[in-house]
Amino acid sequence: MSLYVTLRIALRALSRNRLRSFLTTLGVIIGVAAVITMTAIGEGAKARIQAAFASMGTNMLVISPGSTTLGGVKGGSGTMPSLTWDDLKAIQRDVPSVRAAAAVLRSSASIVSETNNWSTSIQGTAPEYFDVRNWPMSSGSAITQSDVDTGAKVIVLGQTVVDQLFGRNADPVGQTVRIRQVPFTVVGVAAKKGQSPMGQDYDDTAFVPQSTFAQKIQGGLGKYLQGTIFVSAKSDADTGRAQDSIEALLRDRHQLRQNEDNDFQIRNLAEIASAQEEGTKTMTTLLASVAAVSLLVGGIGIMNIMLVSVTERTREIGVRMALGAKPRHVLAQFLIEALVLSIAGGIIGIALGVGLAILLGKRFDWPVLFQPQVILVAAGFSGLVGIVFGLYPARKASELDPIDALRHE
Amino acid sequence: MALIELEQIYKIYNAGSDAEVRALAGVSLSIAPGEFVAVMGPSGSGKSTLMNVLGCLDRPTSGRYLLDGKDVSRLGKNELAEVRNRTLGFVFQNFNLLPRMSALENVELPLVYAGVPARDRKQRSSEALELVGLAKRQDHHPNQLSGGQQQRVAIARALVGRPKIIFADEPTGNLDSRTSTEVMAMLQALAPTGITVALVTHEPDIAEYASRVIVVKDGLIVRDEQREARRAVVLETGEEHA
Ligand SMILES: Nc1ncnc2c1ncn2[C@@H]1O[C@H](COP(=O)(O)OP(=O)(O)O)[C@@H](O)[C@H]1O
Ligand SMILES: [Mg+2]
Repeated sequence: MSLYVTLRIALRALSRNRLRSFLTTLGVIIGVAAVITMTAIGEGAKARIQAAFASMGTNMLVISPGSTTLGGVKGGSGTMPSLTWDDLKAIQRDVPSVRAAAAVLRSSASIVSETNNWSTSIQGTAPEYFDVRNWPMSSGSAITQSDVDTGAKVIVLGQTVVDQLFGRNADPVGQTVRIRQVPFTVVGVAAKKGQSPMGQDYDDTAFVPQSTFAQKIQGGLGKYLQGTIFVSAKSDADTGRAQDSIEALLRDRHQLRQNEDNDFQIRNLAEIASAQEEGTKTMTTLLASVAAVSLLVGGIGIMNIMLVSVTERTREIGVRMALGAKPRHVLAQFLIEALVLSIAGGIIGIALGVGLAILLGKRFDWPVLFQPQVILVAAGFSGLVGIVFGLYPARKASELDPIDALRHE
Repeated sequence: MALIELEQIYKIYNAGSDAEVRALAGVSLSIAPGEFVAVMGPSGSGKSTLMNVLGCLDRPTSGRYLLDGKDVSRLGKNELAEVRNRTLGFVFQNFNLLPRMSALENVELPLVYAGVPARDRKQRSSEALELVGLAKRQDHHPNQLSGGQQQRVAIARALVGRPKIIFADEPTGNLDSRTSTEVMAMLQALAPTGITVALVTHEPDIAEYASRVIVVKDGLIVRDEQREARRAVVLETGEEHA
């Protein structure tokens, strides 16, 4: 008996009870739709993170005070200061694989223009920072070494800050803003950079010379550097070497003994990126188990309805056996029916999942990414559900005795 | 040589318990090709059980059954299915057509399981329906056909696989006397083509159309006689036949 004939028998049996067939597949539909939607959104987020890190440059290192905690990303604030301005100078001077290094001091404060005020993160830094971050100006100029040397009251604004204080398309270069009553002259606007992988707005920030920051915004400039050091290696290939050299240099400068842990941490962007991806992975695993559960429930639904179907059609099975159907013919008939149910559910689920992902992506401005292999796996899994949960009812049907089946009322 | 040879066939239900039933209590029987046998007897005497064993739908508790020279009493499910498919045809009291299939598709079923290709299948099924006078009804579903027409579809289905024997358990039980005669005429017409017919009935006027009558009682054959069969003559009326 050909597959085509078996398939036709199955389709006919299922179309007899359209509503019931549809309700039966609902579990599979929901399960598959969940898988498709969540992977599309998850993969989209992952792709965005990767793109964001790639744009930041892979040759960047971030050095912050404090010890490394297990697998975690520990912030510099609140930890004991351990990095000094001399450390920064030593890195700039003594590590050959380093192209540039700059300190970033950070504080949140309100910037006041003539008409508006805006609370943002103020960073104290040196000219090299813009080089390290590969961050050009869209208007005016960046902070210069002489600004740092003289403690000039100049400020570079991020695009978001400009939008908030002066309105869109305004060019504030030359205007004056105040921070804690201290007037600063806007010398430049940093080009729009967009969002960080964590969804934080890179452009919602402002920069002042680090000397000015220490005097006017944070307090006296001591021996310790209250913030992080951004380092740019000469090339991507130099990043690892730079990381090792800086670690050795700082351990030596901080006079750490062999068995002592670092009192600073050096992270490269690959590490930060993988920590981010770890987060999305957890999310994916969680959603995958939700999908697995609903596929399981869908499978049980199919098994249930197939058992009902076998009971309802016992007489039909008897007639078919009397006419020469072998157990395997009956097995194939019911198994294919279960398969058709689950694969149809899978296909509807894929369509629904794709639609839902696109809709959610539009609604919440999430990037979505469809991977053909995920769709194939979803289709495969729905088929598997049909086989696994259709097998028992189909076996039951095929093991019926012809005479008992014929006598069934 | 006999087509059917039963030797000491027993069929015992609930053996060993208080509810033990000896539906067949040692039946021996021989049927030659081309015979038209009617099995009679009171209700519960074992007629259906005998028919089911003969039709390879049920296996005897003990005894030997030679069908066309082959011992079928101990065959497995698959072999029995093949025997039913290739050598036997069935006509049931309640027709047993599959409801959501056309007459033609119902007739095709035995050929589907025999692995006959679709074109041959359709051709042969059409011919079988023509033979029973339902060529014009081949696309009708069972619920669009009268009882007599349904039973004729069932006969076409029994014949389409070119069986050696047709078994019919009370084939006229659900039909009026006129359509009963029609069905009997159709079955009688098979004997000259070499097809053996065995039917169960409790109606003496139906049994009259058979060339041999076997009477069963309490699981045993109590009478077995050959006789001149009455010819089933169908009075032509308004019922269309083509
Ligand atoms: N599956 C069964 N289980 C138990 N007893 C049965 C079964 N089938 C038939 N019998 C019994 O076997 C006897 C013969 O039944 P059956 O062959 O159907 O009789 P008939 O067809 O002559 O009316 C009856 O007593 C009946 O109750
Ligand atoms: Mg009976």
